[in-house]
Amino acid sequence: MELTLFVIFGAVAVASAFMVIVSRNPVVSALFLILTFFCLAGLYVLLNAQFIAALQIIVYAGAIMVLFVFVVMLLRTGKEARRGYRLIFQKSIGIIFVVLFLLLLGSITLMVSVTGMRGPYTAEAVRHIGNTQAFASVLFTDYLYPFEIISVLLLAGIIGAVVLAKRKR
Amino acid sequence: MPIDFLPILILLILSALMSGGMVFLSHLFGRKEPNPSKLSPYECGIPPVGDARLRFSVKFFVVAMLFIIFDFEGVTIYPWAVIFRKLHLFGLVEMGVFLGVLLIGLVYIWRKGALQWD
Amino acid sequence: MPIPLPTVNLIDISPEIILGVFGVLVLLIDLFLRRERKGHLAVLSLIGVVGAFYASLRLWGSSHYAFSQSIVVDNLSLFFNGIFLLGTALVILMSVSYIRREGINLGEYYSLLLFSTLGMLIISSGNDLIILFLGLELVSIPLYILSGFARTNLKSNEAALKYLLLGVFATAFLLYGIALVYGSTGSIKLPMIAKLLSDTAVSSNPLLFIGMGMLIIGFGFKVALVPFHMWTPDVYEGAPTSVTAFMSVGVKAAGFAALLRVLLTALDKLQFSWVSILVVLAILTMTVGNVIALVQTNIKRLLAYSSIAHAGYLLLGLVAGSRLGVSSILFYLVVYALMNLGAFAVVILVGRKGDQNLHLNDYAGLGYRYPLMGAAMSIFLFSLAGIPPTAGFVAKFYIFSAAVKEGFVKLAIIGVLNSALSLFYYLRIMVIMYMREPEKKEVLPILFSPGLVIALLIAVLGVLYLGILPSRVLDLATSAIRTFLSG
Repeated sequence: MELTLFVIFGAVAVASAFMVIVSRNPVVSALFLILTFFCLAGLYVLLNAQFIAALQIIVYAGAIMVLFVFVVMLLRTGKEARRGYRLIFQKSIGIIFVVLFLLLLGSITLMVSVTGMRGPYTAEAVRHIGNTQAFASVLFTDYLYPFEIISVLLLAGIIGAVVLAKRKR
Repeated sequence: MPIDFLPILILLILSALMSGGMVFLSHLFGRKEPNPSKLSPYECGIPPVGDARLRFSVKFFVVAMLFIIFDFEGVTIYPWAVIFRKLHLFGLVEMGVFLGVLLIGLVYIWRKGALQWD
Repeated sequence: MPIPLPTVNLIDISPEIILGVFGVLVLLIDLFLRRERKGHLAVLSLIGVVGAFYASLRLWGSSHYAFSQSIVVDNLSLFFNGIFLLGTALVILMSVSYIRREGINLGEYYSLLLFSTLGMLIISSGNDLIILFLGLELVSIPLYILSGFARTNLKSNEAALKYLLLGVFATAFLLYGIALVYGSTGSIKLPMIAKLLSDTAVSSNPLLFIGMGMLIIGFGFKVALVPFHMWTPDVYEGAPTSVTAFMSVGVKAAGFAALLRVLLTALDKLQFSWVSILVVLAILTMTVGNVIALVQTNIKRLLAYSSIAHAGYLLLGLVAGSRLGVSSILFYLVVYALMNLGAFAVVILVGRKGDQNLHLNDYAGLGYRYPLMGAAMSIFLFSLAGIPPTAGFVAKFYIFSAAVKEGFVKLAIIGVLNSALSLFYYLRIMVIMYMREPEKKEVLPILFSPGLVIALLIAVLGVLYLGILPSRVLDLATSAIRTFLSG
């Protein structure tokens, strides 16, 4: 059951990610990206990471994609602007990075063994307590200080959005 | 446990079938007699002018930015709610500080008029 | 299952709390303040900075972890707090008349400045990669906004956009590095990483080295090391001058605070590998910064390249990695804050609305028309070049001797040669100031606002004092690292 679901989610994720790249219309790309995000959320659920799955849908498929679509519509240019660029430099750089990334990925999976300290949250423990509970009980106790820093960070973000994008009263 | 998500999966499949089915069935049974005036976009009876793909106003962008920030605020409340009882007053205070700072942000955007459209 | 609640001692983060509260306060009061009275916000911000400084002073001498070991309160972090707060106070003093002249005197300016400083304080006490990351973001995000603060100025927009895009790119590297270090060691706490590295399986893990490299790239971007410096001249030129001053001093010091913690606390056992990287980066940074500075005609760009070169000198102390090296970095950062902010204060004075008058030729004849200001600028330039009896000489002397003591003689020689090279472009400004006739006869008089004059005075006196009697601050810097390298 889990394997079938994994294959389905994985296949749809890869296919829609491919569509993101190849589709000519940026809005269509954005919609396919949402589909990719949903499939990733499904994969997270299969990995017992329910909280990340929820984050994936609420933050990425929800908020970030709204921003993406707005930006696409904000920048919408005529058809003539969409073609005419060969992007040779960008493509070659991209290929180099893809190769490097694949090398890194390959070396990690094939050669590197897991080293270092193991924390108390093994897969078994997380299944027992529940993913969200485990996450929360660490976030709101040990990582209390970073958590509060985030609020100031978000406040700075709010100021930025208002100062830079909102014309003066 | 993934199995707890079975209802959601079933819902997902059902909704995909429903929406896909509707489109497919109307395509199957609908009459298709296209002519140029039927295919042109409807603009209150006047012949359409220009491109429908207008640029969005930058105002949408501000709204989207603020939406992301407050969306993230909402997301942090989920795990907090799960263990709220165990954290007692401690949790209430720390979430209170977090929300308090963001509330100041809300007061700020309100007073700055960023929520007004014009 | 009950959750053990952590003990929270707010005294440990009292400087951060004070600064954060004042930042929010400034933001709120601004909403109900008329535009002409925004100057009051500067006073309020200054009170916040002084309060945070006082709180840091009260904590001096303590050495312990707090918040489940995510921060460390020791003299090193408090010394850095002092540098950041000194820089911020000077920048606030310089800003009042500048942002009024440029028509950007919004209250958000001060609160963003305070939030950015808050990020620096968080970095200085960070004992955990997450804290360092969040601190660096809190430093950067307000600065992205501040560099684009002059919205009607195209260059300011360009600066904000470039800084944002490249900054986010660098942040991605940093985050990837953190992930890889965490993945290979299993901990994000810096002392814990150091402990885990004694296991050879961990310390030979290739992922750890990739992660380390990415951390260096991420921090190197923030402190503008060559080849991660591309953004610096454009951003420094385009951003409002007071923001440039703040960036050149604050972000650099914060980046070095983070580098010190990560490299010397967590990755100390990998010194053999990161030293060789840093040696190359130091040589590149010093040389490229100085050589390109030679041909600049815009004062802000010139100071941008000079700040790159100074990052290179600072790296020497890190390469040495010894007690002398670290304490000389601290001393250098104090001196650098004073002399660089002083130079920028003069740039603000000479500048005109819309960031005019930034060409070197605009300085022609200034030395005679405004003898005191000319003398101040000369002192800053001498100090930047490292000529006695200014503080810049002492700072460079200690940092180079730290490198020599650890056996990096060639590196120190390259540093000295670069210093000599830098003399050329610093002195060129003085030659223009004193020996060239101004091209246009009629120039608007310079308005000396009280804030700028106070900032200039503090900077001049500081540079001279540290140049002639450096021992007290040097002693402080030495005692700042007493618990840092031993533990």
